[in-house]
Amino acid sequence: MSIKLNALLKSPWVFHLSTGSCNNCDIEILDCLTPRFDIERFGMLLAGSIRHADVLLVTGSCNRQSVERLKKLYEQVPKPCLVVAIGECALSRGMFIHSYNCPEPLDKIIPVDVYIPGCPPKPEAIIAGVVKLIGKIKNKK
Amino acid sequence: MAKTIVPIGPYHPLQEEPEFFTLTVDGEKIIDIDVRVGYNHRGIEKLSESKTFDQSTFVIERICGICSTSHPFAYTRAVEDIIPMEVPERAKFIRTIIAEGERIHSHLLWLGLAGHFLGYNTVYMWAWKLREEILDAMEILSGNRQNYAMFKPGGVRRDIKAEDIPVVLKKIDSIIPTAVMLKKAVIDDPVLHARTKGVGILTKENAINYSALGPTARASGVARDLRKNCPYGAYDRMEWDMIVTENGDVFDKVVVRVLELFESIKIIKWCLNNLPKGEIDAKIKDIPPGEGIGHIEAPRGETFHYVRSDGTNRPARHKVRAPTFMNLPTYKATILGQTLSDATIILAAIDPCYCCTERVAVRNIKGKKLLHGEDLVRMSQQKTELLRKKMGVK
Repeated sequence: MSIKLNALLKSPWVFHLSTGSCNNCDIEILDCLTPRFDIERFGMLLAGSIRHADVLLVTGSCNRQSVERLKKLYEQVPKPCLVVAIGECALSRGMFIHSYNCPEPLDKIIPVDVYIPGCPPKPEAIIAGVVKLIGKIKNKK
Repeated sequence: MAKTIVPIGPYHPLQEEPEFFTLTVDGEKIIDIDVRVGYNHRGIEKLSESKTFDQSTFVIERICGICSTSHPFAYTRAVEDIIPMEVPERAKFIRTIIAEGERIHSHLLWLGLAGHFLGYNTVYMWAWKLREEILDAMEILSGNRQNYAMFKPGGVRRDIKAEDIPVVLKKIDSIIPTAVMLKKAVIDDPVLHARTKGVGILTKENAINYSALGPTARASGVARDLRKNCPYGAYDRMEWDMIVTENGDVFDKVVVRVLELFESIKIIKWCLNNLPKGEIDAKIKDIPPGEGIGHIEAPRGETFHYVRSDGTNRPARHKVRAPTFMNLPTYKATILGQTLSDATIILAAIDPCYCCTERVAVRNIKGKKLLHGEDLVRMSQQKTELLRKKMGVK
């Protein structure tokens, strides 16, 4: 494992990106920050800018407007970066699979490391997903 | 005159409709605003036409995560309007309970984020902590924290079990002391007064002219609440007050929402205590050709649905109008002439997309200066800090 990746895992800063979701996943991500779940315990912080982020939390079903912007944003993240797809829409477009405005699933656009299913996934599930991701990379050493 | 253009957006993950704001700024003063919507387009109306009347409720629910009750509620009322039919009494009560639960968590969510933008992170944390209790209660009632999936044309999908009622009542009672504390902390705070009173005023005349809806209109003295004006569900059964204030500034919008929390708690408690027995579903067989409208009071204002049926099992046309669509143009009346550091809270005051402000880049036309979204929130928080010192409040 590279030094960079090792350093990243100590305290992953997450950036939250909505590509046309219904807000539920986004609210649940914010919920993780509030007193009951408090992800800062694990060293996770919500980064204000994508250039500070180590982990991308992507929600929503990637509509035509957001695909271009998503690609641009992914270019701006310092690498290595980990991508977590949150919610059914980001995984497989869920209910919007037949929509004319949601052409591609997320993992066809950018590489995805972890998939967290649910509509919306509970905050516990989101935290567990990110913790699992960190564990998986550490074991690869 | 050196004009500066401030683009805000388009991606703000918190609310239903991502918008793109262009603020034209002269120094600190905002002199023009332009709003562009349509970034979160998922083709829901068209998708709804490809699904059966029953399946559509699930798509409609995902228009917005926070309004995941309001939209199905309006849609089912529109479908019932086509037939036309009455929903069983018990279903009406269950619908009311779920809708009010949603109102509480939506208002708390807004209050928390408004606090955050003003530099009151304590309010943010308290409000969201309180919100968890409501989500727990909703999970007991419906099985999910959000996206309750309780609605179907003709009634509700899931009954409320008798043994759940005391648990939920206890949960709701337990939040009242914290809510009262929060109300005092928000309404009696001198710094908050200085920061929000007289800021972003929407006059009564403008509220009527712009057809403002929901708390935005009620804060300006327009007594417009569908739950009272055109009762549906079980709202006409119990005593509750419509909260109307006169000034129309940001502070009044806060007050309206905070006081509505208590009305909603009152309504839920009354409904749970007086839940009638009986059927929960009228079991609609088929939907005749025709058209129907359904409108209900969502946390942000009136949600309007129009459904046309051609006699098949799918809607032939489905039109949705969300409340923010009507409230957005009021920016023209509220934000012009205000300072940039007040922009975040004025934009947030109608309960639209807050996260927009986290993606702002302030750009001088000549491209000399570049500020970011955090800078705008920081400016807002610094102003509060300054006021706090000036007034000698800790």
